[in-house]
Amino acid sequence: MLPLELYNSIEPAWCPGCGNFPMLKAFKQALAELDLRPEDILLVSAIGQSSKFPHYLRCHTFNGIHGRALPVATGVRLANPNLKVVVTVGDGDQYGEGGNHLLAAFRRNPDITLVIHNNQIYALTKGQASPTTDQGTKTLLQPEGVPYPPLHALALAVAQDCSWVARGFAGQGEHLKELYKQAIQHRGLALLEVLQPCVTFNRINTYQWYQARVYRVEEEPGYDPENELWAYQKAKEWGDRIPIGVIYKKSRPIMEDFFPAATAGPLATWRVERPVAELLQDFY
Amino acid sequence: MPTDLNILIGGAAGQGVHAITGPLAKALVRQGAYVHVTQSYESRIRGGHLYNLIRVGSQPLLAPREGVDILVALNQETIALHQPQLSSLGIVIFDESQVQGKPEGVKSLALSPETVLPETQAGDIAVNAGACGAILGLLAMPVEGLVSLLEETFAAKGEEVADWNKRAARHGYELGKAQDHPLALSNLSTPPEPRLLISGHEGVALGALAGGLTFICGYPMTPWTSLLNAVSQRAPRWQVVVEQAEDEIAAINMAIGASFAGARAMTGTSGGGFCLMTEGVGLAAMSETPVVVVVAQRPGPSTGLPTRTSQGDLGFVLHAGQDDFPRAVLAPGTPAQGYLLAAKALRLAERYQTPVFILTDQYFADAQLTLTAADFPPLEAPPPSPQGETGDRYMRYSLTPDGVSPRRFPGFGPEIVVADSDEHTPDGHLTEDLEVRIKMHNKRLAKLKGLYGEMGNITVDGDHDIPLVIMTWGSSYGAVAEAVARLRQAKTAARFVHLAELWPFPRRAVVETLQEPQRLVVVEGNATGQLARLLRQETGLVADHVIVRYDGLPFTPEYVLRGLSQEV
Repeated sequence: MLPLELYNSIEPAWCPGCGNFPMLKAFKQALAELDLRPEDILLVSAIGQSSKFPHYLRCHTFNGIHGRALPVATGVRLANPNLKVVVTVGDGDQYGEGGNHLLAAFRRNPDITLVIHNNQIYALTKGQASPTTDQGTKTLLQPEGVPYPPLHALALAVAQDCSWVARGFAGQGEHLKELYKQAIQHRGLALLEVLQPCVTFNRINTYQWYQARVYRVEEEPGYDPENELWAYQKAKEWGDRIPIGVIYKKSRPIMEDFFPAATAGPLATWRVERPVAELLQDFY
Repeated sequence: MPTDLNILIGGAAGQGVHAITGPLAKALVRQGAYVHVTQSYESRIRGGHLYNLIRVGSQPLLAPREGVDILVALNQETIALHQPQLSSLGIVIFDESQVQGKPEGVKSLALSPETVLPETQAGDIAVNAGACGAILGLLAMPVEGLVSLLEETFAAKGEEVADWNKRAARHGYELGKAQDHPLALSNLSTPPEPRLLISGHEGVALGALAGGLTFICGYPMTPWTSLLNAVSQRAPRWQVVVEQAEDEIAAINMAIGASFAGARAMTGTSGGGFCLMTEGVGLAAMSETPVVVVVAQRPGPSTGLPTRTSQGDLGFVLHAGQDDFPRAVLAPGTPAQGYLLAAKALRLAERYQTPVFILTDQYFADAQLTLTAADFPPLEAPPPSPQGETGDRYMRYSLTPDGVSPRRFPGFGPEIVVADSDEHTPDGHLTEDLEVRIKMHNKRLAKLKGLYGEMGNITVDGDHDIPLVIMTWGSSYGAVAEAVARLRQAKTAARFVHLAELWPFPRRAVVETLQEPQRLVVVEGNATGQLARLLRQETGLVADHVIVRYDGLPFTPEYVLRGLSQEV
């Protein structure tokens, strides 16, 4: 196991008590236990409090624009399949602004770990509803309550055969660390949604609120994450009981296997020689 | 004897307009003629009206011209629309199974499946190959080249199909020759070396490939798609990663991600697709990630005229994205320039770690020109490599005098590479330190100076002391060059000036070239004179007259000359 200090970076600017802190700790522990050094891993993020995550952890980082972390990460994987790529974004970023890229990622199944920090609120912009805010929640922008039901993103992921689907909870660090490890080791798109309390703008979905509701799906007798219909039921379950753990697994070929870098190596190492005399042959 | 002729092949989409154009144009080139092929089509797959124009001559042709000498009508509508353009020498070849009655008042030649290939199931093949043969007959050129070309083209479709094509071509040839019509081209001879027939986007694709492209992605949109196709069809042989993105926003972000990881990357789009990309353009500039973006113009705003041409996005591409950042804008005028500038764009993007644009358009994308291998010199493409010395602790955005920081790819060494869309410190982490902000902004903008030094490729034809200067940019090259040549034939001196490198604006080179002309005319394919405005902004020089075109069609020499005669 590597020392955790290896990953030290600049001081986080999150609110004290933010659910991102235990996530950062669990993530560092997971990297250390997997012997992944800072230079072995690339974190891609976008916009939101969760997208600051890579700055607070020493590793390769690409912090892009709102909703677009997945296309950047996909481009990276097409260019260099040797790099471990983890996307760290929020519910608003991925389910709202970047929804189309999520649908495309389900189809492509790139070997990317997609961690979605779900605090059920837009925190960076100070408290508007996100696609996962519970129906009826009152905000500054929705003073009479959010009219629509939340997006069941994990059910969508199961329905689209996302190759690994799980949910974690920031209040259960050890369990979360194990999920991080499994997600990083999974070959294919691993969607890990983490319930991440926002202590400033979400006064409903607190640590206590989640703690009273979450249960570990692997402790359910006989639960089989490869059983698609069962997984679908678990993915839709939200309310008095909220499942955490690995909900769905499906073996599928990964995107990278269809591209030349899989055999020819990273694009940066290619020796490109294309004599123009040969290129012109098609035009005589 | 005419020096060049215009052949218009028109019909409904799906009727065989392209099936005639392809083999005919290639056969003409192989026989020593210069051809220039343009396409005019609607945004539909079947039906509607489309036509191709093959301009054929004994001298190099870089532009379409007006008028029709041979009209091939596959349907009635083609006759109604184009017969009025027929020249005094003109002749109509028509499919009598589709056109009612003989066109009136003009010489004509009727073809039909029954007369060309009786008692076969050849159908359209008879008329299509027959028309190709008939045109060669009218031009008094040999038919054997066409016959062997049809053999090559249709061999894969079986012996019967190839045989129908060859027989129809020969039969059409005899019919054409029998017309004894005075359309033979003067001064045709077999070229000393084979010539190429190549489109603008094909030129750009070859330049990108020769220039070391390893990654291209995009979302389909006319007219950009033809470039993506031209690369993807060659990708299996030349090893390029090609990915169809889920939208244009994904396309530019994916290209940026690939480039960050060490690919030499290109993306592109058209019209509204580029509106979607603009946030990503700023990301490339802020994260200092090289990317080449092809913007294939079409008339707008919004969906506009999807299948027509335009030079209306110059202003947009110059300014796309929030705040100031360095960029380069290149606009090739010929497929050969497209080849050179595509490679240059990749090189500039990599050297200055910022977005570089190639502005093309529907006319440039689709028009095929006759060129030679000498127009496409060999290019060197070194692998994208880590750049510069890094010292002890690597910082992605270390401050340097020229604004270019040493580049490293993640995963190839001990350096930790941190890139950010936020304003950031030299090591890549987000910051709200406003002094750092000024330093970083200045660092990025410093790259403009280096880029400026790379610009200035101006094509000039004519002596410095000629008082009339006609200036244009991008794809209007050929039409304006020919208009100037025609003016000279009519004993009016004029200078031709073409800009293919537009930003950073080559101020000094342009001012030196223009040297206070008595009369400066700018020709461009937009309504408000976007280059003329840029010229004034950057040099203070004011065009005396701007000849504009924004009906969706490319410039012709005739259009330019009409514009000049009205104002000069």
